[in-house]
Amino acid sequence: MYSEHLFQTYSTNTAVINEEGTPFFYHDLFSLAEEIYSHLGHRCLVFSFCSNSIESLAGYIAFLSHKVVPLLLDATMDSELVKKLISVYQPEYLWIPTSHICDFDTWERLLSQGNYTLIRLQVEVPFPLHDNLALLLTTSGSTGSPKLVRLSYENLSANAESIAEYLDINGEERPITTLPMHYSFGLSVINSHLLKGASLLLTNRSLMEKEFWSFLKSGEATSLSGVPYTFEMLKKLRFFRLDLPHLKTLTQAGGKMNIDLNREFAEFCHSHDKQLFVMYGQTEATARMSYLPPQYALSKLGSMGIAIPGGEFSLIDEKGKTILASEEVGELVYKGRNVSLGYAESGHDLIKGDENKGTLITGDLAKRDADGFYYIVGRKKRFIKIFGNRVNLDETERLLKNIISECACTGTDDHMLIYINDLSRRDEVIHYISTKTGIHPQAFSVKYIDRIPKNSSGKTIYSRLIA
Amino acid sequence: MTNLEKYNEIFTNRFNPNGVDLDQLTNQSVQLWDSVGHMGLIAELEECFNIRLDTFDIIDFSSYCKGKEILLQYGIVL
Repeated sequence: MYSEHLFQTYSTNTAVINEEGTPFFYHDLFSLAEEIYSHLGHRCLVFSFCSNSIESLAGYIAFLSHKVVPLLLDATMDSELVKKLISVYQPEYLWIPTSHICDFDTWERLLSQGNYTLIRLQVEVPFPLHDNLALLLTTSGSTGSPKLVRLSYENLSANAESIAEYLDINGEERPITTLPMHYSFGLSVINSHLLKGASLLLTNRSLMEKEFWSFLKSGEATSLSGVPYTFEMLKKLRFFRLDLPHLKTLTQAGGKMNIDLNREFAEFCHSHDKQLFVMYGQTEATARMSYLPPQYALSKLGSMGIAIPGGEFSLIDEKGKTILASEEVGELVYKGRNVSLGYAESGHDLIKGDENKGTLITGDLAKRDADGFYYIVGRKKRFIKIFGNRVNLDETERLLKNIISECACTGTDDHMLIYINDLSRRDEVIHYISTKTGIHPQAFSVKYIDRIPKNSSGKTIYSRLIA
Repeated sequence: MTNLEKYNEIFTNRFNPNGVDLDQLTNQSVQLWDSVGHMGLIAELEECFNIRLDTFDIIDFSSYCKGKEILLQYGIVL
C-alpha cells in the first residue's frame, strides 16, 4: 500500500507533525524512507524498534514500500528478550534508537538518521521469506514470546481501506498518537490515515503529561484512539470539561470498556457533536474487525457493533456448527481479506503461505442481537488484556518459573493474579514480572496458596483459583 | 498523622525511592511514575485529602515539590 504513487499523490500534504511542531510533507517522509532503503537494497528481514517518531515511521515506510519485511517491536523491550528473538529469527538488519543499541553479536553501523541507527548483523543463511509476507507483529510482545502474526500486503491494504471507509477519513484529518506503533491498533491508525493523505501528530508523550495536551491543542488534533485504560485516564483528567473544538472523533478498541464508562463517553460525544467509535479487533486480523456506528453508541451500548466493510461475522457452537438464532452465545468467527496468513513460531515458518485462508476463529465468545449487532461475552483462551495489550497467562507463568518453581497466573483485564506458596517473595515476583514485561507493577497482585491445584496429568486447574 | 506525613507516606509507598531524598522525586526520575503510576497517585491523593484536582493541575503535577504547591491551592497545607 505504500507505493511511490501514494507519496506522489499527496506529495505536498503534511504527513507528520512532530512535538516541536515541525511539519514533514509526504515527499519528505518518502525521501527519508528512500535513504534508509538505499542501505538495504534487497528483500530481507529487519527488526524495527518502534516509537512514535519520524525516524521510526520513515523506517516502516522504507521497509513496506520496498518489500523488506519488518518485525515491529517496542523500542523499550527488555534487551534479553530482544536477543532471544534475534536468535530465533536471524534478522539481517535492525532499525533501532541509537540509545538502545546493546551488545549484539558482530554488528556494523550503516546509517544514522536522527535518533535512529541502521545496523547490519552477521547472518550466515537468512531464513527464506514467502512472497506475500509483508509484516510481522508480536502476539504478546511484552512477554517476549517468539509467536508472531504473519501479515500480507493484501491484509494491510484491505484493513486500511476498510477503516478509512467507515471512519470517513480524508486528508483533513489530524489524529494524535496515543498508542504505540508496534501495537496493531496503533499501527492501524497510521496506515488508515496515510492512505488518505492525512497528517499524523506524532508524540511519545502520555495523556498524563502536560506536553501531550499542549501538542493536542496546538496541532488541532481531530481524533484520538485508546484502549479502555486510556478512557479511564481521560475521565480522571476531567476530559468532559475540556474545550477541544477540533477533536471530533474518539475510537476505542483493545478490550471491552466498562459499561458505565462507555455510557458516559457515549453521552458526552452525543451532546458535544463528537463521534465515539467502539471497535473490536485482533492482530490476527491485521487490526480491526468490527465497529459500532456512532449513532448506535447509546442504543446498542456494550456492543462491539457490526463487521467492518468487506468483513463478515458468524457464530459457531462447540461442534463447529453455525448458530443462526439471536441471543445465543457461540465462538466468534470472522471472514475477510484482513485475516492474517497465520503464525510464525520460528524462522522456518517465514516461508509459509496462507494458512487461515481468510477465516479467523477468534477465541472470543459472543452473541448477536435480533438487529445483527454483536456483543463479546467472554474468552476461550488463557489471556487477559492489560492496558490494551494481550498478555498470555501461560507465557507469564513460564517467565516466572525462571525465578520461582511453583506459580499460577490468572486474573481479569488490567489485573493479573499470581499465586505462589511463599509470600516472602512477593516483592521479588512483582518486580521480576513487571521488569520483564515492561508493565506497571500496579497491574499485578500476588496471592498465597499452599498448593497449586493440579489434575492427574500435572496441569493446573485454574477454575479452582478464584480470586 | 499530619498532612505532610500522609503526603510523604503516599510517595514513599508508591514509588519506593530507596532512600532518595523526596524533594528530588520527579516523574522523570522514577520509572514507576509513568502514566499508570500517575493516575494511581492522583487518585490516592484526592481520596486522602478529599479534593478533586483540575485537569491542568493533574498534568502539571510533575514532582514531589510541585505537588506541594498544587495542593496548597486546594487549601491543603503541608
